[in-house]
Amino acid sequence: MVLRGKCWKFGDNIDTDVIIPARYLNTTNPNELASHLMEDADKEFVNKASAGDILIGGNNFGCGSSREHAPISIKGFGISCVIAKSFARIFFRNAINIGFPIIESPEVVEETDEGDELEVITKEGIIKNITKGLEYNIKAFPPFLQEIINNGGLMNWIAEVKLK
Amino acid sequence: MGMTITEKILAAHSDLETIEPDEIIECDVDIVLGNDITAPIAINEFEKLGVNEVFDREKIVLIPDHFTPNKDIKSAEQVKQLREFARKHNIKHFYDTGRVGIEHAFLPEQGIVTGGDCIIGADSHTCTYGALGAFATGVGSTDMAGAMTTGETWFKVPHSIKFIYYGKLNRWVFGKDLILYTIGRIGVEGARYKAMEFTGEVISSLPMEQRLTMCNMAIEAGGKSGIVAPDKITEDYLKDRSIRKPVFYQSDEDAEYIEEIEIDCETIEPQVAFPHLPENTKNVSEVSDVKIDQVVIGSCTNGWLGDLRIAAEILKGRRISPNVRCIVIPSTPEIYKQALKEGLIDIFVNADAVFSTPTCGPCLGGHMGILAEGERAVATTNRNFVGRMGHPKSEVYLASPAVAAASAIAGGIASPEEI
Ligand code: SF4
Repeated sequence: MVLRGKCWKFGDNIDTDVIIPARYLNTTNPNELASHLMEDADKEFVNKASAGDILIGGNNFGCGSSREHAPISIKGFGISCVIAKSFARIFFRNAINIGFPIIESPEVVEETDEGDELEVITKEGIIKNITKGLEYNIKAFPPFLQEIINNGGLMNWIAEVKLK
Repeated sequence: MGMTITEKILAAHSDLETIEPDEIIECDVDIVLGNDITAPIAINEFEKLGVNEVFDREKIVLIPDHFTPNKDIKSAEQVKQLREFARKHNIKHFYDTGRVGIEHAFLPEQGIVTGGDCIIGADSHTCTYGALGAFATGVGSTDMAGAMTTGETWFKVPHSIKFIYYGKLNRWVFGKDLILYTIGRIGVEGARYKAMEFTGEVISSLPMEQRLTMCNMAIEAGGKSGIVAPDKITEDYLKDRSIRKPVFYQSDEDAEYIEEIEIDCETIEPQVAFPHLPENTKNVSEVSDVKIDQVVIGSCTNGWLGDLRIAAEILKGRRISPNVRCIVIPSTPEIYKQALKEGLIDIFVNADAVFSTPTCGPCLGGHMGILAEGERAVATTNRNFVGRMGHPKSEVYLASPAVAAASAIAGGIASPEEI
């Protein structure tokens, strides 16, 4: 999979309440959730960003509750992946389980500025900063997790692999 | 090389003889848990798959505890979905209002979870059951749906941090103070992705309820799980309640830890975690002049019988400050009945406290004691995030039942010593 998009940069400890505020949790509809994405961090975000763009976070991205609405709203908006220095554990699982690519790389986060154009070749584990002409090798996902992502998430993977 | 108790339990639930940290493995699960908030999403996912049966009707546990008794139409609808799913699939462990307790107190009490188990729950405080010598961790709703289908889940094997608590506990210091102190020391990210193994002479003599309190808050340090190796206290606790046969594992002498942290308990005083993070801890003796409006004694952290006894000991024959509302919530119906029998409820209501039936209630700002703008509460719960008990401009201070009861009498944060 090749992902290409413009970067939007956020800081450390972006919690699930910032990603999707609790007041919107009365729905599980991805489009509805996506219309409030990152609202409490940047009210204009949904108007500025476009489908395909990439979110950049600092340490402990997605900390807080086990709510799956957080990665659902990011994916629902059409964000192509999140690159962070580190992810909170349950957010990491939830992202993989709904088939949403996330990448842990402190190096890329440090050297990327908001607005840079990145290209991510997930299978080969390569990230290119097109704007700056930089290239990084990232640790590929373990094959098992890659398989879940390729199948579009845990339930699809179960349907395709486990129940066949 | 030796293995930790966590690695041994995970290996025993996979097809592997030995496993190493960071390895990704597939494991069988003994129990899959969900509640009235997370299970509805899992049930929807399960039903989309179109399979007719759950993997094992005896291993799925559905606990509508957050808004019980149902606080509004929406919560009633969510529980209805659980109830109908439980009926359709003949789920053994579904408990409705009147029979239900807060999940993380109810499951150990009823012996539904036991030593050596591998447990996942769609609730971040599932880590509580580590106190029984089990591997237990919180996951999302899709994980729950997946495990309800296959009886399996995937894990990245966590590194373990060994905490060694030595010395003697000071008066009015409990498991709650130990875990608050620990989180204060390592921070809310201090154990991210890791298993927190609690050891040492202090843990060896700590009653089971307080071990459960400590493991409950492992997630508040970012931990994947908390665990206490089984011993005589574990065996005695499980003996007449475990509905399956427990398996007892111990860490090897040469097991590898990513970090070892020694904690001298003689220096630990009762702790208070200030808003808005559990790591903002202070010694209660350093706290002065924090007036409060409410006290909540309860939750999956500290609604145990022992907790109610401590609170009652302090409240007996006294009256709660006229400026404070004090709400006491036993975690399970059994604890409620025992409190009735021991005369604890008399003590609470005579002190002007409210005594509630078991519910998560105010812990997550659900119902039964929500804070208004600018109000402050001392709570024996586990999280003091912004808006956790109500208005975004309210404040929650975390403490033990002893500090909470003393504060209720004093009208401000107080040490039991002062009462
Ligand atoms: S008591 Fe609080 S922390 Fe425990 S399960 Fe209920 S809402 Fe969650």
